[in-house]
Amino acid sequence: MFSNAITWWTFFKISIHERLIYRADFMLGTLMRFLPTLTQIFLWWAIYDVISTPGSIDQTGGPDGDIAGYKYGDMVAYYLLVIISRAFSSMPGLTRGIANQIRSGEVKKFLIQPVDMQGCLLMQRIAHKLVYYLIATIPFALVFWLCGDFFVDGWPEWDVLIVFYCSLLLSFLLGFFLESCIGLIGFWFLEVTSLTFIYMLMTFLLSGHMFPLDLLPDSIGNFVDFLPFKYLAYFPAAVFLGKVEGAAMYQGLAVEVFWVVLFIVLSRILWWKGIKHYAGFGG
Amino acid sequence: MAIIEIKNLSKTYKVYQKQEGLLASVRGLFHREHKEVHAVRDINMTVEEGEFVAFLGPNGAGKTTTLKLLSGVINPDGGTATVMGHVPWERENEYRRKFALVMGQKNQLWWDLPALESFRLNQHIYRVPKQVFEETRDTLCEMLDVTRLLGQPVRELSLGERMKMELIAALLHQPEVLFLDEPTIGLDVVAQHKIQKFLKSYQQERNNTIILTSHYMKDIEALCKRVVIIANGSIYHDGSLEDIVDRFSGDKIVTLHLAESRALDGLANLPNVIEIEAPKIKFRVERDEVGKVLSQILGAHAVDDIVVEDPPLEEVISNVFSEAEKSQEAELAARSNN
Repeated sequence: MFSNAITWWTFFKISIHERLIYRADFMLGTLMRFLPTLTQIFLWWAIYDVISTPGSIDQTGGPDGDIAGYKYGDMVAYYLLVIISRAFSSMPGLTRGIANQIRSGEVKKFLIQPVDMQGCLLMQRIAHKLVYYLIATIPFALVFWLCGDFFVDGWPEWDVLIVFYCSLLLSFLLGFFLESCIGLIGFWFLEVTSLTFIYMLMTFLLSGHMFPLDLLPDSIGNFVDFLPFKYLAYFPAAVFLGKVEGAAMYQGLAVEVFWVVLFIVLSRILWWKGIKHYAGFGG
Repeated sequence: MAIIEIKNLSKTYKVYQKQEGLLASVRGLFHREHKEVHAVRDINMTVEEGEFVAFLGPNGAGKTTTLKLLSGVINPDGGTATVMGHVPWERENEYRRKFALVMGQKNQLWWDLPALESFRLNQHIYRVPKQVFEETRDTLCEMLDVTRLLGQPVRELSLGERMKMELIAALLHQPEVLFLDEPTIGLDVVAQHKIQKFLKSYQQERNNTIILTSHYMKDIEALCKRVVIIANGSIYHDGSLEDIVDRFSGDKIVTLHLAESRALDGLANLPNVIEIEAPKIKFRVERDEVGKVLSQILGAHAVDDIVVEDPPLEEVISNVFSEAEKSQEAELAARSNN
């Protein structure tokens, strides 16, 4: 157990070291993340401007009006929070990375060496994320400070904040294990690009990345509620903004735990079945 | 007790067969035709501790598949194998800490980081005590003369340097059994030679068991006493290198350095002349005839120097390969007729 911990710790340190080599690329990527959000904010400005009473202004200086319970300020705050959720839950390159390792035969390494592939990938990912947060903190803090006025209801209570942080950590695990599962399908289908694309599309639409899920009509919204996607972006933001409160908030957190556990189990099964298939097939 | 025991080991791959053309591609969506490729059939062999064995054979003969089976990367379809008492494809950690597989065409190091980092990771993966790790690492680096390169990112190393690092990474946990799959592929002669020298002294020092595949006869000549020729998935010959030359080549190559170039005129019509470069002549003679032919020539001409040697190993081996393939195919044809 102890020696395992040392292995993981070493792996973690090496991953951080590796990531820091690409710090310039990282910095640029971080800044670029804000661009699409900026477009969305302008778009919503235009929408609110159309639906609001001409000339009226809310307390943030934006146009007046209310869409599905979101004022213009809420909307901006929502998108900023979604950037944070996605900073935890998005796993660039994970799916394709796993599939490529399977296809190129690099996965052999994990059959020959006494070390677990998923553990390695998880350590690597945690390291990458930490480096990312380290670099992104300054631009994030700056943006949040500039946009502080949009958080019209101020900062949430401490219990809400704790749930918010928990949901962020869980969204990291959910994103990791969900995408791992898709990558591991590569044991059977050597090419997973189209699956990755479908997954990306689903996350865009159903996670709340593009718009708050409250905007969906009930018929679709109820269905989306049953899917894991909303925990990747919408749920943490909704908790922070008080859109999900009290019992519903804790219930949501429990469901998120359920999804995480489900995908952990599923990815382990896929791995064991996968290497058996691989070993039987060749490579 | 034998360290590696292989009994009736077989492995068949299913290979998807695609016919040419668009229509066939569409058909392939619904119904796929598979062809069975018998990569390894019914292999039997034992390897004793401390042996350095070469697997020789044409591309696709089943050498790498056998190594993959022995290192537990793939499961067999039939037969058994044990290495140090473990069944490889059960992939127990205890087994995995005791062997290593190095593939000349695959990279196991962290591309963007200095090799040192990969070494340290392996230290922990294989649970090598710190002191042992440092000693082994320093010795290996010195032997391969790469100490000064330890801090350089792997991507900036030359192929030969990288291969040396790969070897070190694989040897840090002092594996008792080592599988080397074409470790010198793509390397220049100097680098090849260095790796050969290293492997030789390393193996002599540690007396560990090594199985090597290579297409370079020089590797095999330099390192292996025992050679296993694999063709079409079966063992065709298992014995010493000399055995192979004895068994598969009936000829000797004779080079005469004549005292007078004029004498060449009388010899140029010998059968099987390879080259004439006055006053030297090189020709091929059947082994049993060497004495007779030479005494005839020596009786008639003045000769300064005589060299009698075996034909180059490459040539012998390529004969063996084509012979092996033919006999295997004949055997298969006979089997399918029955």
